[in-house]
Amino acid sequence: MLLSKTKTAIESIFPLEIKEADYARVGYHLEVILDAEKVVSLAKVMMAQGFYLEDVTAIDLNPDMEVIYHYAHTEGCCRVTGRAYTPRHAPEVPTIAGIYSGANWHERETHDFFGITFKDHPYLVPLLLPEDADFHPLVKEDGKVKQLKDIKRAEVKEQAGAPAAGEGKPAPAGGEKGEKA
Amino acid sequence: MEQITTSMLINELPRLILSLVLVIAFVALNALMLVYMERKVAGHMQKRLGPMVVGPHGLLQTLVDGIKLMGKQIINPEEVDLPLFRMAPILALVPAIAVFAVIPFSEKLVARDLNAGLLVVFAYASLSVLAILAAGWGSNNKYGLIGAVRSVAQQVAYEIPMLVSVLSVVLLSHTTQLTGIVNAQKGMWNIVYQPVAFLIFFICSVAETNRAPFDLVEGESELTAGFHTEYSGMGFGVFFLAEYASMVVGAAIATILFLGGWNGPTFGIGGALSGIFPGVLWFLIKVYILIFIVMWIRWTYPRVRFDQLLNFSWKVLLPFSLANLIITAVVTKL
Amino acid sequence: MKIERNLEEHSLYLNMGPQHPSTHGVLRVILKLDGEYIEEAEPVLGYIHRMHEKMGENRTYAQYLPNMGRVDYLSALSYNQCYVGAVERLTGIAPPPRAEYIRVITTELNRLSSHLLWFGAYVLDLGGFTPFLYSFDDREHILDLLESITGSRLTYCYFRFGGVSKDITDDFITGTRAFIKRLRMHLPMYETLVTKNVIFINRVKEVGIITPEAARRYGVTGPALRGSGIKYDVRKNEPYSIYPEVDFDIPVQDGCDALSRYIVRMLEMEQSMRIIEQALDKLPEGPVMAPKVPKKVKPPKGDCYFAVETARGDFGIYIVSDGTETAYRIKLRTPGFSNLSIFAEISRGTLLQDAISTMGSLDLVIPEIDR
Repeated sequence: MLLSKTKTAIESIFPLEIKEADYARVGYHLEVILDAEKVVSLAKVMMAQGFYLEDVTAIDLNPDMEVIYHYAHTEGCCRVTGRAYTPRHAPEVPTIAGIYSGANWHERETHDFFGITFKDHPYLVPLLLPEDADFHPLVKEDGKVKQLKDIKRAEVKEQAGAPAAGEGKPAPAGGEKGEKA
Repeated sequence: MEQITTSMLINELPRLILSLVLVIAFVALNALMLVYMERKVAGHMQKRLGPMVVGPHGLLQTLVDGIKLMGKQIINPEEVDLPLFRMAPILALVPAIAVFAVIPFSEKLVARDLNAGLLVVFAYASLSVLAILAAGWGSNNKYGLIGAVRSVAQQVAYEIPMLVSVLSVVLLSHTTQLTGIVNAQKGMWNIVYQPVAFLIFFICSVAETNRAPFDLVEGESELTAGFHTEYSGMGFGVFFLAEYASMVVGAAIATILFLGGWNGPTFGIGGALSGIFPGVLWFLIKVYILIFIVMWIRWTYPRVRFDQLLNFSWKVLLPFSLANLIITAVVTKL
Repeated sequence: MKIERNLEEHSLYLNMGPQHPSTHGVLRVILKLDGEYIEEAEPVLGYIHRMHEKMGENRTYAQYLPNMGRVDYLSALSYNQCYVGAVERLTGIAPPPRAEYIRVITTELNRLSSHLLWFGAYVLDLGGFTPFLYSFDDREHILDLLESITGSRLTYCYFRFGGVSKDITDDFITGTRAFIKRLRMHLPMYETLVTKNVIFINRVKEVGIITPEAARRYGVTGPALRGSGIKYDVRKNEPYSIYPEVDFDIPVQDGCDALSRYIVRMLEMEQSMRIIEQALDKLPEGPVMAPKVPKKVKPPKGDCYFAVETARGDFGIYIVSDGTETAYRIKLRTPGFSNLSIFAEISRGTLLQDAISTMGSLDLVIPEIDR
């Protein structure tokens, strides 16, 4: 019930892509992909729905970095993952520190690690890194950075037989692949 | 006061020097023993043994620690106010030692039996706050400063109920001479007539000596070490010495005022015992029992909060001590 | 957030830490004081930052396992459990039931040891020395028990993908039962000596108020959240391992203050003991490792999130795999990070001593916050 209610609430944001994920496999219920500008709207909806913010983080990808918002609910079990994309050469998303105060530190940390600018953040200085740090440790070297498709789970319905996933079934048994390698 | 004449000085000089040496020796030795005692008491209360290695049962541990402290280099941090910084430990120790001059250990064993002995004790005891203020301010350290400021507020707050509670004893014994107060308790100890005053006096003396749970001045979990944060070596050692000396003073005054001083118990089965020990032994026994209670409290209770500390003094101790004083005054005049 | 230094004001700027007895590690808090009152507090992190997340991108999945004991060294097995749980979820390896039971038994023992240490350290923060040594005495037994099967006393690396490294012994089982009996005897003593102490109550009651609303805004979890009346525990809300099979309660207090958080932790110890007892009773026979676990774990592409309840709250690991032996991204969501972030707000306007009490009641472990 919580899940459907949340889903309905999130769907009020436009434009976005919302997917129900297989909880047993990925550990979250809803996956929301939206424009960078809309993360604030998502935060507002989640706040209204009684979710708390687990963390804000990012993944360095080419050409767009993925910024991830993990939300969870304190009643029942419902986890929502929000994803937004922002260009790797000048990553920028609006801050949600105005809605979730805890996001302040999470965004500072993400800024430390990835160099993502959080627009209108009240105090965007290094949190975990030294004050004068001019590097972003989790930004990958050019040769190592991957594209979004390289880290996405092979979907049975939509991308059946995606070359990277090969014989790997999306079922949990996929782990056995490691043995063969 | 008697007229001081040359002949009196000549008569008194050996006695003065002797008592000075004895007092200093007593304070130093006593501090060694008390630190050992504190560590043993703490140890056994905490399922440990305490010092065990140096000497039999670690008896010599504090001596070794003292020697180590003396051997340490004296460090003057750069930004300190040097005269104040160096003066403070001495300022803390001198009054604590000077008080011993008037404390009667037994009927005869008293350096100077002044007729205003009680006033002398409190006059000197009040000086300790100056030493802490000088140390905290002089060391130019923020923790030290906060400790010093706390100390002033605390000492002022606790001195008043303490003095008021002592006044009721003075009313009972009609004298401020310490030997006189003891002699007035020949029949029955003051603690029986003045339990409230004793309790207030005891709490205040713990607070005045900055012992836990009133050790806000040096509260280690908040102010690292409070007023003596910047002190090392013997600077710290002297503060330590002063703390234990004033502990003895507090316990000694409590013994004199409320527990019959050098008199053995005159009531109950104690009456039979009182003749066995000499007075000085009775006195020391009572003092050390009180000190043990102070240590017991320290290793049992957490630290109070600063506003609660002041509230407790102004809103609880002071009204009670005043009420006690008024009741005492009325009853003694009846 | 940022403390503006204005030298003309009558405020005192106090640098508490990174070396301070009450910050329990290398946390630094800049305090702007007006007398004894805190006008503003700014925690400064990073003094023990080790970039565990980058290490995760450079090591194979198995190589990263020892890191988990070092993120939160007081609750290492919960971190072990979370990481192996995440990798198992990603790869589909299923550990045998006996391994799951052993994981829960050892993790709950670890939680007990963490709470015991916190109990001692918290009273120490408030100026009471003695309980510290009593709780350490109890904790010592847990360390001995865990040492006998995991081989280490603090930074455990005991769980493996698909099981645990070593089966528990009969000595461990009898020792654990004896320990539980002993702790059951000691906890009432702590309650009479500490919980009912007037000075202690005055130091913690109505101190460091976390309203449920603020808790949600900051993402506070664990005992700190349950002390604000919200019944949220990952073990119940999002059951993992064998927690659905054992009967235990989630203690909740609605005082929102340090006292509530204190009581929640004290009550949790009893619940952990219940879990351990039931798990020991039900402990099935069988292997402790799943068959055919590959030497080199190579999960398929994709991401997964796994959360556990550590002694300090909701710890989550987010792993993104690109199909190689090394994770593409590992995110550690540590509870202390969020719990500390509320400190600036709840300490504003309180006394310096209250700030110490508040900070202690959050149960901070700095390496876990800085990662």
